[in-house]
Order: sequence, then C-alpha cells, then structure tokens
Amino acid sequence: MKITQRALAGTVESSDCMVMLLPAEELSIEIDSIVKQQYGHVIEKLVRDMLKKFDVTAGLVKIQDQGALDCVIEARVETALRRAGKEAKA
Amino acid sequence: MSKLVSSLTEAIQKCGLKDHMTISFHHHLRNGDYVLNKVLDAISELGIKDLTVNASSIFDIHEPILKHIKSGVVTGLEVDYMGQTVGEAISHGALAKPVVFRTHGGRPAAIESGRTPIDVAFVAASQSDEMGNCTGKYGKSACGALGYAMSDARCAAKTVVVTDDLEPYPLQGFSIPETDVDYVVAIDAIGNPAGIVSGTTKITRDPVGLKMADMAIQVIQASGLLKDGFSFQTGAGGASLAAAVFLKDLMLEKKIKGSFVMGGITGYLVDLLESGCFRNIMDVQCFDMKAVESLAHDPRHMEVSASHYASPTAKSSIADQLDVVILGATQVDTNFNVNVHTNSRGIIMGGSGGHTDIAAGAKLSMIVAPLSRARMSLVVDRVQTISTPGSTVDVVLTQRGIAVNPRREDLQVQLKKAGLPVVSIETLKKTAEEINGIPEPLALGSRIVAEVEGRDGKLLDHIYEVL
Repeated sequence: MKITQRALAGTVESSDCMVMLLPAEELSIEIDSIVKQQYGHVIEKLVRDMLKKFDVTAGLVKIQDQGALDCVIEARVETALRRAGKEAKA
Repeated sequence: MSKLVSSLTEAIQKCGLKDHMTISFHHHLRNGDYVLNKVLDAISELGIKDLTVNASSIFDIHEPILKHIKSGVVTGLEVDYMGQTVGEAISHGALAKPVVFRTHGGRPAAIESGRTPIDVAFVAASQSDEMGNCTGKYGKSACGALGYAMSDARCAAKTVVVTDDLEPYPLQGFSIPETDVDYVVAIDAIGNPAGIVSGTTKITRDPVGLKMADMAIQVIQASGLLKDGFSFQTGAGGASLAAAVFLKDLMLEKKIKGSFVMGGITGYLVDLLESGCFRNIMDVQCFDMKAVESLAHDPRHMEVSASHYASPTAKSSIADQLDVVILGATQVDTNFNVNVHTNSRGIIMGGSGGHTDIAAGAKLSMIVAPLSRARMSLVVDRVQTISTPGSTVDVVLTQRGIAVNPRREDLQVQLKKAGLPVVSIETLKKTAEEINGIPEPLALGSRIVAEVEGRDGKLLDHIYEVL
C-alpha cells in the first residue's frame, strides 16, 4: 500500500507513542524517543517489520515515542496505517 | 541603629561582596522564588564575577542563573537538588567546574564545620522586623518553615534578610533571630505564592500507586515498628502521600499514638497530627498552604533547622530518631543503591535532598516506586548515579514484588511471615526486563559535570556530561 492521506494515532502521554503518517514519494521513517539510546534499534526494527507486513512501499512515518512498550507501538502503527489508506490488508 | 538598607544593591555593597566569594540561598519559596534571580541580577550589574552559589536547591524558576553562568558572574554551584531546566544545561556542560551535590544534612554540616564557608547569605523571609528577626510563617508570601536557611544565617560572614513584609520590632514568632543578621532589605515581592506551594503534593489516583501504598503500609505493619511512639517520614510524591493517608486509617483503627512525623510537610501529614495519630510534626520545609497554616498556629507543629533535621555531625539529629521512612527512586540497582539525581538520558533532574540522610538514620528505609516508568526499568545492574548507598536501604517495594536487602534477613523473615510477596532484587530486575526488553547502555561523555557527596561529605559518585 501507499500512504495516500495524512493519519495520526496515539498520544504524547508517558508510556505511549504518537504515530504520524504522511504521503511521500519514498518510504522513510523518523523516530524520536525518550529512550532512543536504550531502545532506538528495537523500535526501528519493529516499525520496519510492521510496514513490511502491511506492504507499505511509500510514505513518511514519524514516531514520537514516550517510552511505549512494543505492543503499544505495534497497535499505534497499525491504527495509523488503517487510517491512512483503505488498501490496508493483513 | 537600623539594619534596613534601601536596595539589594546597597546590601550587597555594604556586605563587601567581591569576586571569587560564595553566596548562599535557601529554597523554601520553591518554584515561586524571586530572590535568587533578583540578587544575581543586582550582583551582575555591580560587575562582580566568579562567584560560587551555594543554594539548598535550584528550581526551574532559577533558569536565569544560566545567563549569569554564561557571563562569568557564577562559576561554581553547590546544591542539594536541581530541577531539570537548569539540570539539563549543566548536563550539557554549561558550567566549567563540576556542580557539587550535597544532602540536606550534609550541607549544614559542611557549612558549620567551615568546610564550605559562606561570605554572604541571602535569607528570603515573608516577614521581618528592621533588625532582622524574621520568619516564613506569616505574610503575603508565607512559605512556612525556614529550616534550610538557619545554618547559612548563623555561619555566613554576612547575612542579608530579604522580605516583602516589614513589621514593627520585635517580630512575634521569628524563626531566625536578629543576632544572625547584618542587613534587611524590603522589596515588592519575594516570590509568587502560586509557585511557593507548587509541586507533587496531591495524592495519587493511579491504581498502581495506590496498590504500592497499600503494600507499603503492610510492610510497616509487618516490621513490628508500628506501635505507640512510632515516628515516620514520607516524601511528597503521590504514592508516598497515599501511604500517609492509609497509615492514618490504620493507626486510628489500631488506636496507635505515634510520636512524630518529620518532613517536608504537606496537608496530609497535618491531618495525621490533627486526627491524633501523632503527637508532633517536625518541619524543615512546608509544601502546601495547609502545612504553612498549621506551622503558624499549632504549637505541636515545630520548625527545625536542616542541621537539627539531618546533620551527621550535629550532636544528635531527628533523622536518627526515625522509625520508618518511605522514599522514591528513579533507579535502584541490585546492590540497593538508589538514583534520584539523573533520568533515563543521564540528565540531572533532582538530587538527594534528605533522601540519603533519612535512609541512613531510619530503622526501616523503604523505596516505593513502580517497576518501570516509560519503558525504563526501575531495577538495573548499576544505577546511573549513586545518590543513596545501598547499605542504608532496607526495602525496595514495587507493584510486582518486594525486595529486602540481604543484610536485613530479620525483616525478610517478618515480611514473608506476613504473607507479603517477597522476591529477590534480581527477580525484580528480570521481571522488568521481560516487560521492557533489555536496554542498550547509555553512552555519556567523559567530562564530569557534577560530583555527588554522601552525607559524610565524602565523594559518592560522579555525573557525566550528556552527549
């Protein structure tokens, strides 16, 4: 799928994360996290796996993480993706 | 003869303040304090440079100190606590010389012994007479106890009282006597009342916090210390305050008459006094208006100096009379060392305050904190900063279990007998890692931005620059 419209999921509360999706020509990911030093690599891998699962080939993915657990990040990314494009599957 | 001078500038000049000297401040006006900033502005205008500021605490309202650091007016900083606004700049290397952190008891001990002499002490008082008999109990900017200012006023070469309510001599109910004071300055406002009683003085509604508070009360009960004559101190964090409320219910139910509560006093602790659970309050600092009112009007509620509270070199202190203390932590390690100085990024956002002193003094020192916050595990192999040494910590209580320091086998037996969920500190660490994952270690710079002294004045740990 391609991200065809702007979509948002999550909050900036502690232990949550906010996922913002924007249409773009290429696929890129921006991660900002209060635990970037400790878990930045884990979060990036998780997000890449999610995008693969949903066949996302283009769009800008912005994550503002406030120390969310993996399950929270997954849920927020999936919600944002389903809001961003009707083609979402999986 | 009058000690009244017309302005801060005049007071500073009359005190003979010069380059390279040390000035001191106290933090009872908390995040509403105008005095530190006004004094530094006046000093800066006089062109005086290279000063050391010895302040019992630095709050976010003191951010302008960064400007005076940049211009070379302030080149040294000694504190017991530092809020994150200034802490972040310090962590990024704003000050060339490392900040020195002391404890609330270690600070007056260092002042009184002459190890950290003060040239000019500035005392913010909400009422004073023109000879300097002064207090924080009354007036429009009332903040309550002035415990942290007392050693400064007594030991500094010169002491200036700064007030916004000048009363006729002699001031009734003074906290600091004229014998310690050189000059008195009246200004429009010493602080913003809304910020004076700011902070974490509301009881938690978080179910995890309430669960931990309930567990903490069960630990106190199981320890056998809860009987007539019981003494207690708790922090002003949400879960700690909830524990105070639960303690009140239990003491009333069991008809236990305690001796005293010490603090950092909040309205919740005043309730413990007024409901008859305790005979007295010993108060070094007030956190809210109810505490200020109580100190001003109830003789059972007594104001004490920081030295009386917690000095390790005083002939005796209240810290050593405490039965149970409930304390917070940002990190605890498997040796029970506690960090209350730095956050998950290694940035300074606090300090020991009285944490280290009362952990050392109390018969039962209990850390109460959630097992993880924002994916950061409470329990780690080695805390980022040792604020309070593990040898003085008895219990680490989380919502997922209670770890007892192995050197307190007696206590471990008591808690197990009471059916409490006692686990090893390593189990707590493992449980947290199962939820959060295993973190990469924090990478920090090699430059030291702060030194942490233990209550005995010996170096406990370093804080490194954040990259």
